[in-house]
Amino acid sequence: MATIFQGLRGGAAAALTNSIDSKKLLSRSTRRSLSERKVSFPVVRSDGSVNLNPGGSNARARRVDQLITNAVATKADSSAASSTSKPGHELLLFEALREGLEEEMDRDPHVCVMGEDVGHYGGSYKVTRGLADKYGDLRVLDTPIAENSFTGMGIGAAMTGLRPIIEGMNMGFLLLAFNQISNNCGMLHYTSGGQFTIPVVIRGPGGVGRQLGAEHSQRLESYFQSIPGIQMVACSTPYNAKGLMKAAIRSENPVILFEHVLLYNLKERIPDEEYICNLEEAEMVRPGEHVTILTYSRMRYHVMQAAKTLVNKGYDPEVIDIRSLKPFDLHMIGNSVKKTHRVLIVEECMRTGGIGASLTAAITENFHDYLDAPIVCLSSQDVPTPYAGTLEEWTVVQPAQIVTAVEQLCQ
Amino acid sequence: MALSHLKSSSSRSNLVKPLAAAFSLRRLISTSTDPITIETSVPFATHRCDPPSRTVETNPQELLSFFRVMATMRRMEIAADSLYKAKLIRGFCHLYDGQEAVAVGMEAAITKKDSIITAYRDHCTFLGRGGTLLEVFSELMGRQGGCSKGKGGSMHFYKKDSGFYGGHGIVGAQVPLGCGLAFAHKYNKDDAVAFALYGDGAANQGQLFEALNISALWDLPVILVCENNHYGMGTAEWRAAKSPAYYKRGDYVPGLKVDGMDAFAVKQACKFAKEHALKSGPIILEMDTYRYHGHSMSDPGSTYRTRDEISGVRQERDPIERIRKLILAHDLATEKELKDIEKEVRKQVDEAIAEAKESPMPEPSELFTNVYVKGLGVEAYGADRKEVRAVLP
Repeated sequence: MATIFQGLRGGAAAALTNSIDSKKLLSRSTRRSLSERKVSFPVVRSDGSVNLNPGGSNARARRVDQLITNAVATKADSSAASSTSKPGHELLLFEALREGLEEEMDRDPHVCVMGEDVGHYGGSYKVTRGLADKYGDLRVLDTPIAENSFTGMGIGAAMTGLRPIIEGMNMGFLLLAFNQISNNCGMLHYTSGGQFTIPVVIRGPGGVGRQLGAEHSQRLESYFQSIPGIQMVACSTPYNAKGLMKAAIRSENPVILFEHVLLYNLKERIPDEEYICNLEEAEMVRPGEHVTILTYSRMRYHVMQAAKTLVNKGYDPEVIDIRSLKPFDLHMIGNSVKKTHRVLIVEECMRTGGIGASLTAAITENFHDYLDAPIVCLSSQDVPTPYAGTLEEWTVVQPAQIVTAVEQLCQ
Repeated sequence: MALSHLKSSSSRSNLVKPLAAAFSLRRLISTSTDPITIETSVPFATHRCDPPSRTVETNPQELLSFFRVMATMRRMEIAADSLYKAKLIRGFCHLYDGQEAVAVGMEAAITKKDSIITAYRDHCTFLGRGGTLLEVFSELMGRQGGCSKGKGGSMHFYKKDSGFYGGHGIVGAQVPLGCGLAFAHKYNKDDAVAFALYGDGAANQGQLFEALNISALWDLPVILVCENNHYGMGTAEWRAAKSPAYYKRGDYVPGLKVDGMDAFAVKQACKFAKEHALKSGPIILEMDTYRYHGHSMSDPGSTYRTRDEISGVRQERDPIERIRKLILAHDLATEKELKDIEKEVRKQVDEAIAEAKESPMPEPSELFTNVYVKGLGVEAYGADRKEVRAVLP
C-alpha cells in the first residue's frame, strides 16, 4: 500500500550548517511493487552470494556513482544543485516533522495525534504547533499524564482502523507503556491470526541532551528492539524526518520513530514536492573506501565532524546513517562492508544490549568473511547519564574518539 | 431453530402426555414473541445514578435462546476441561462456567456494531459474539481452523467482524484498549459503545483509573464492566481491595451493581448503560457473579474457598437453573424438552470437538506470517532481514 520513493541526497555532509540541494528522486514509475520485493528480496548470505532486487540495485549503483563527485566532507556547493529539481524550502527539523504530520492528516481523516501537551500547548518541542486549531480537539488530543493508558487507547483505536500517532513527551516516559507496546502493539497482529492491524506511530524525542539528567536522557531503542512485530526508525535530518514520518503514518505496521532532543533545530532545504523515505533503507551519507562507519541519529553529526578530521589525515571513511533500526538494512551495509572490509559502529545506546550490539552480531554472522578486522563498536558508557556537563560529555561518544578508533582500525 | 426442535421432541412425547405436549406446542408457536415480564430478584445498587427498572420484558423465544446458548457455553467449558486433562489443550485455560449470564445478557442488550473487549476468560464471550464451537476448539487445540489460526491460544480469541476485540493475557491491559475502542466509536460517530470487561483482580490496576479519567474527560462511550467473581486467582476480594465496592470506585463516574447470575438483570443493566454512555460518557457496571472452576486449569479452586461455598452457589444462584425455572414456570417447554436441548447441545459440542481434532496443525511457514502486515519482502525477520536460520521440518 505504501508508495515507496527513495530520495537520495548527494553530499549530506555538514548538514548542520549548509543546505543541501542536489537530490536524485526516483520517478513515480519506478515504484517498487510489493510483489517484486517478495520474489527477490535482498538476501545477503555469508558465503558472499547476493540475491539482489534487480531494479533497485542498478538504480542504487548508478546513484552511488553520481554521488561521489559531490560527496566530500566539506561544504556542499550550492551551485552544484541539480537544475531539474525545484529549489525547495528551508525549515527546521521540528517543522519538517510537522509538515509531514500535517500533510498526512490532510490526506487521511483517520490520522489523529495524542500525547501530552500536543494540542493547545503546541507540543513540548513545537512539533504539533497549530495543529489543534486546524483539526480540532478530536484529532489532536491532549492527554493527561498517563502513558500506559493513552498508549493503550491509541492501540485500541488502531484496532478499529484509526491511525493514531502517539507522542511520548520524552521517549523515556514510554517505559511506562512498555506492556502496551510490547504485548498489544507488537503482538496483536500475530495473536489474532492477522485479523487486526495496528497502524500506530509512536514517536518522541530521546537521547542524551544538554544536562537533562539521567531519567530524561534515555535511549529506548535498545529496549524496544527485540519486540516482534514493530519497526523502528530514527530520523536525523529534516529531509528524512519528514519522509520517515510520512512513511510511518502510511505503514500498516506499528512504527516507533525515534527523534533526538538536540536535533530539533537543524535547518535544511527540503523539496517542495511530496516524498517519503523508505522505512527499511539506510542512507549513504558519505561514500568512501577505507572504513565503513555505521551510525544513526545524533551520532551522525559527531561522525561527520570526525570525518572532516579523518579526511585531512588522509582517510576516506564511508559513512552510512542506518536510519532503520529494526530491521537493519543489511543490503546497503553489506555492500559497504564488502567494499571497505572494516566496520566502525558509532551509536548513542549503551554498550550492553544496544543497537550496536545487535548490529555487530548481524554483520559478524552475515559478512564475517569480508572483515579484515574485528568490528569496533563505540557506544555510550553503561552508566546513568550524569548531570555534570563534563561527565555527560564523557558518557557519549565524541568525535575525537571516533578519529582514534578509525586510525586504530585502519592500521 | 429452537422451535423446530421442540416441535419434534414434543411430538415424541405425544404418546405420554398428549394434552400437555399439545398444549405447550401450541403455546410455544403462537406466543413466541409475545412479551413476558420478569422481575429481577436482586435490586440494583447505584452510585451517582438512578437505577433502571427491575421489570424486564422478554419473550419465550428469548428465554429459550438464553437457555440454549448458556447450555452450549456450559457444555463447551466442561468439554474444554476434559480436553485439558487429556492434554489436548495446553498452557493456560481459564473457564467461564458459572458466569454465562453475563455474556448472554450483555449480548441480548447490544448489537454487533458495539464492541466488546475482555481479558483471558473469553471463550463464552467469543461464542456469544458469533463465534462457532469449531473455531473455539480448534484454537484451543492450536489448529489451523481456530479463530486466530492456532497462533493465539485460549487467551487470544478475536472476531473482528462482529466487534469482539479479544482475548488479552495481561491483567488490566485491555481496559485502555477498550477506551480506545470507545474513542474510535466517538471519532467515527457511529452511535455504538464499547464494553470493556475486567475482573475484580484487575480492578486494582492503575491503568484502569487512568483510562477512566481520560474517558470521563473526553466523554467516551465506554462501559467498564467488572465481572466480580470475588476471587483474583487465589486472593479473595476482601484481601486485595480496600474498597470491594467496585461500582463505586469510579468516584465521579456513575456505577451500577448488578446480580451477574441473572441474565435479565444483566440485559437490563447493559441496555441502561448503553443509553447512558451514548449520552453522558462512561459508566461502571459491577456484575456480581461466580466461577465454579478455579482460576485456570492449574488451580483446583478449593484451596482458597470451601466446596460448600461452590456447591451453595450452584444450588441457589446457577444462571442456567434460573432460566430453566422461568421456562417451566411459564410453561414454555417441558422438563424433557429442556433435557433434550441439553442433549442436543452436548452432541453439537462433541461433534465440534471431533471436527476440531481433524483440523491440521499450522504449517511451519505460519511461524512467520502475520508478524508484519503484507510481508514487507520477507514474512518476518530479525535484525538481519532473513528468516530464521534453522531448517524447518
